[in-house]
Amino acid sequence: MSADAPLFTYCLRLADSALVLGHRLSEWTAYAPTLEEDIAIANLALDLIGQARLFYDYAGKIEGQGRDEDALAYLRDDRDYMNLLLVEQPNGDFAVTMMRQFLYAAFAVPYLAALTRSKDETLAAIAAKAEKEMAYHLRHAGEWVIRLGDGTEESHARAQAALDDLAIYIDEFFEVDAVEQSLIDAGIAPDPASVRSAFEATLAHVLGEATLARPAVRTGQSGGRKGLHTEHLGHLLAEMQVLHRAHPGANW
Amino acid sequence: MSEQSKTEEPMPLYEVFIRPKAGLSHKHVGSLHAIDDTMALHMARDVYTRRAEGVSIWVVRSNLIAASDPVDKDMLFEPTASKIYRHPTFYEVPEEVGHM
Amino acid sequence: MYAQALDQKDKGPAVIEDPERLARFEARCAADEKIEPKDWMPEAYRRTLIRQVSQHAHSEVIGMQPEGNWVTRAPSLKRKAVLLSKIQDEAGHGLYLYSACETLGVSREEVVEALLAGKAKYSSIFNYPTLNWADMGAIGWLVDGAAIMNQIPLCRCSYGPYARAMIRICKEESFHQRQGYEIMLTLARGTPAQKAMAQDALNRWWWPCLMMFGPPDAVSEHSSESMRWKIKRFSNDDLRQKFIDATVPQGLFLGLTFPDPELKFNEATEHWETGPIDWSEFKRVLAGEGPCNRQRMRVRRQTEADGAWVREAARVHAKKRAARQALQAAE
Repeated sequence: MSADAPLFTYCLRLADSALVLGHRLSEWTAYAPTLEEDIAIANLALDLIGQARLFYDYAGKIEGQGRDEDALAYLRDDRDYMNLLLVEQPNGDFAVTMMRQFLYAAFAVPYLAALTRSKDETLAAIAAKAEKEMAYHLRHAGEWVIRLGDGTEESHARAQAALDDLAIYIDEFFEVDAVEQSLIDAGIAPDPASVRSAFEATLAHVLGEATLARPAVRTGQSGGRKGLHTEHLGHLLAEMQVLHRAHPGANW
Repeated sequence: MSEQSKTEEPMPLYEVFIRPKAGLSHKHVGSLHAIDDTMALHMARDVYTRRAEGVSIWVVRSNLIAASDPVDKDMLFEPTASKIYRHPTFYEVPEEVGHM
Repeated sequence: MYAQALDQKDKGPAVIEDPERLARFEARCAADEKIEPKDWMPEAYRRTLIRQVSQHAHSEVIGMQPEGNWVTRAPSLKRKAVLLSKIQDEAGHGLYLYSACETLGVSREEVVEALLAGKAKYSSIFNYPTLNWADMGAIGWLVDGAAIMNQIPLCRCSYGPYARAMIRICKEESFHQRQGYEIMLTLARGTPAQKAMAQDALNRWWWPCLMMFGPPDAVSEHSSESMRWKIKRFSNDDLRQKFIDATVPQGLFLGLTFPDPELKFNEATEHWETGPIDWSEFKRVLAGEGPCNRQRMRVRRQTEADGAWVREAARVHAKKRAARQALQAAE
């Protein structure tokens, strides 16, 4: 294992979460509740896919084995994917999609802001771009969470159900393993604990406006960083990778 | 579900104005539907600035715009056509004087 | 494209127009003046435009489905992003066009309802399935290419809001056509399997694309009114020929063959000539018997129904918020 191995792994984690969430959003194409929202969701998806490409590209360079963004995205199995469990959860209804987006963005915004101060200049630069994008995601998804939560009886019930289902994946945001700890110690990765209060404040504010109740979570689910996923990721990757894998070595 | 086939209450129509860059005026670029001003601003950003078309957005509900009546077009705008003395080219300045 | 509407006669009730106003309107059209929303216009002009612009908008929206079919399987991250932004543009085009339609005094909800009720049409080309990745190339290169042929003259359409929407749309469409051709080129120069994909796509899309321009002039029902009113500026056959002449050399450059043994270049006229088009297929698909007509409409109806609770929530929330603000202001 080279000295750069933790950094490579860390870049892949960031890339995988961005790609999987971007892919999930892209599944909405042509199915959004309004034409305007179709365009908005595509923008969110494009931001995340763009972030994933930057992180993969950097990961490939760190590894130095000639793997490009597509080799990393299309030729790894689910056990090698290290995204957060939250982002692979199926779209469900519009409430689930917006709640998932809100929770991710509420974490990503302060986390990326901290990452802009990384000693690794490339990571800091990618984070600076991504932070601005995620700030918009937070606002867009947050507005929807408020509208749905404080909307009709039906929309409130759906938004609450979405939160109840997804809340078990929140704790994973703040987990730190040996790989990440070494990068935190080196001033390369931020300590997620340092952004917990910002995350909680955002949640309290938006969920309050939305009249939604944060469910008590006794056991948060985790495992994404070890490649232990929910049942959903395998299907997502099977679909995403099928064409690329059917034609090894082809250019597209 | 068959109840829903009735026409829904329309979302308000908004007109969108974009300032292409600092120093230029906001210009009307089109319209969209949104439930309130906040949503209209978000949607205007997503719909009308996908190719870096602007640095500032105005949105206004279409029904709040007061517009001149086309029937009055002649009354309002014809009279100015004859007042050519308002334009600089109406005046002759000898060539020797140079550009003015 | 999406100008099929022009080949339907205006079937609305006859309206007796004031001859003086009508004459003035005709004179404005003849002088290439633009007509703006609040200007007086004959009822038949308004109805023809509503039909054409809404059909154009529906085509953009339904057209998102066949391409959306490949977003999740795009073979590279770059292609995924490009395809997504292209489909996003289609949604934008639908939106610009619905807005133009609304300036004619008909709400988006009304025209969408006409689509869902099966009363309004959309371009038949989207009733064909996308079966392999090369179809994303073929749609950009051929379908969008054919659309551009038709849409560039519409930028000079007499109705201001429609013309302005078309200018914006045409700018974006040229990206669509180029990215489509680039996909075809990459596949044509790729592995044998990729080249076979590209050929298969061309085989399936070529004839339907030629049909996009509508029936031959000899049998077209289009009224001379549309020409006189500067809503339509070229005949179906003229545009089709222009498309064929532009496209055949591009296809030959790809090293692909066209699914037409009779295709040949006429040295005397300097035009490419095709074999006969199977208009019975066109009529079948137009009548709802294409491979995907039912599927496309079912998906659109389902999407509208699925989104109803979201739109309702937004409406109710906006009212609550407005009421709270009013209360605050009163205090």
